[in-house]
Amino acid sequence: MHNDTGQQAFDAIIEADEKVEPRDWMPDGYRSTLIRQIAQHAHSEVIGMQPEANWITRAPTLLRKSILTAKVQDEAGHGLYLYSAAETLGISRDELQELLHSGRQKYSSIFNYPTLSWADMGAIGWLVDGAAIMNQIMLQRTSYGPYARAMVKICKEESFHARQGYSIMMTLAQGTEEQKALAQDALDRWWWPSLMMFGPHDAESPHTEQSMAWKIKRVTNDELRQMYIDQTVPQAHYLGLTIPDDDLVFDEETGHWNIGPIDWDEFWATVKGNGRVSRERIAHKVKAWDEGAWVREAATAYAAKQRSRSESEKEAS
Amino acid sequence: MSYEVPLAPGEQPDNLDGEATSAHGWPLWEVFVRAKRGLSHTHVGSLHAPDAETAVQNARDGYTRRAEGVSVWVVRSVHIHASDDASSMFEPFEDKPYRHPTFYEIPDEVGQL
Repeated sequence: MHNDTGQQAFDAIIEADEKVEPRDWMPDGYRSTLIRQIAQHAHSEVIGMQPEANWITRAPTLLRKSILTAKVQDEAGHGLYLYSAAETLGISRDELQELLHSGRQKYSSIFNYPTLSWADMGAIGWLVDGAAIMNQIMLQRTSYGPYARAMVKICKEESFHARQGYSIMMTLAQGTEEQKALAQDALDRWWWPSLMMFGPHDAESPHTEQSMAWKIKRVTNDELRQMYIDQTVPQAHYLGLTIPDDDLVFDEETGHWNIGPIDWDEFWATVKGNGRVSRERIAHKVKAWDEGAWVREAATAYAAKQRSRSESEKEAS
Repeated sequence: MSYEVPLAPGEQPDNLDGEATSAHGWPLWEVFVRAKRGLSHTHVGSLHAPDAETAVQNARDGYTRRAEGVSVWVVRSVHIHASDDASSMFEPFEDKPYRHPTFYEIPDEVGQL
């Protein structure tokens, strides 16, 4: 559908750095790009509950268990805010869910790595949520109003996620040799996947240019990745841990940390669904949905009963 | 968390046009939260629920886990009627500057007015 007046109004909103709202005219490509991006973001929050829920029953203390439970609950909440934003674009929740279950829409590859030790709870909060925060702070300024508003709320909560993760890492890094080794092992396994979360290099990211023009994205993949590296390397040093990259070097001239090459073969293999636990993640999600059917049926039946009861009371009076 | 998954080489993007195709499932409710006494309820998002009671409960769990509010409203989304924001509905105000206090120049000697 083309609409000259609509296009002009849309261009003016983008140009003026204002927000596009659900009832505004928008180009079809803008709408479908946003649906895809917000849906993937929502799916990531929901699937992201699995690697951490894996450790709730084995958290080392009651406090850590309460914290981890609260964090996993937040991820469910983030999924809700994002699905809610996606629905303003005209797609239904059922449809989004079906797209995830059938594998037609993806979620972040980072969740296709297994969580092998308690230290992974620290590494995920610190590194994975840390990377997510970089991305989401940028997205608070995205041009689509409902998405930007969801990001503001999510960013407030993510700060807790990152800090509780770093707190776990500090405890382990200051603990016994065995605990320190667990922390190092977690960093070794999560460092490169978290760098890959920012996506391919700008030169290999053909959609970046259009997304930047529409102001959906405000900063490129490589720029965000570099900001993350510069922030995170000193945090690893503070813990007394070693970043698993022999080429890592501080460039005095630019003030940036330079990293070695990223293994993009691993990245693309994971994106294509060949991650170590890709199949388990979706199978588990579908199972949870199917096994929850009786809860949804009961809630629907209860609501219907309440309605018919209040109607018959009205008739009687 | 956040993420944008790139298309694998050769992969075609979904062409989602935003036309909802499924209508089953629970109705959509818009959620409004009063942050503290003295403030209006503000729209914070939406959720699906089978009835108002459950919608309020879910809004509490979904949108106020950290003391963000002291009161919640839920309204069925279909009951909200919106203006046509692209129309000239709001334009008449542009040419009536005399409705604003700053339109009138009052000498300083007059004092607070």
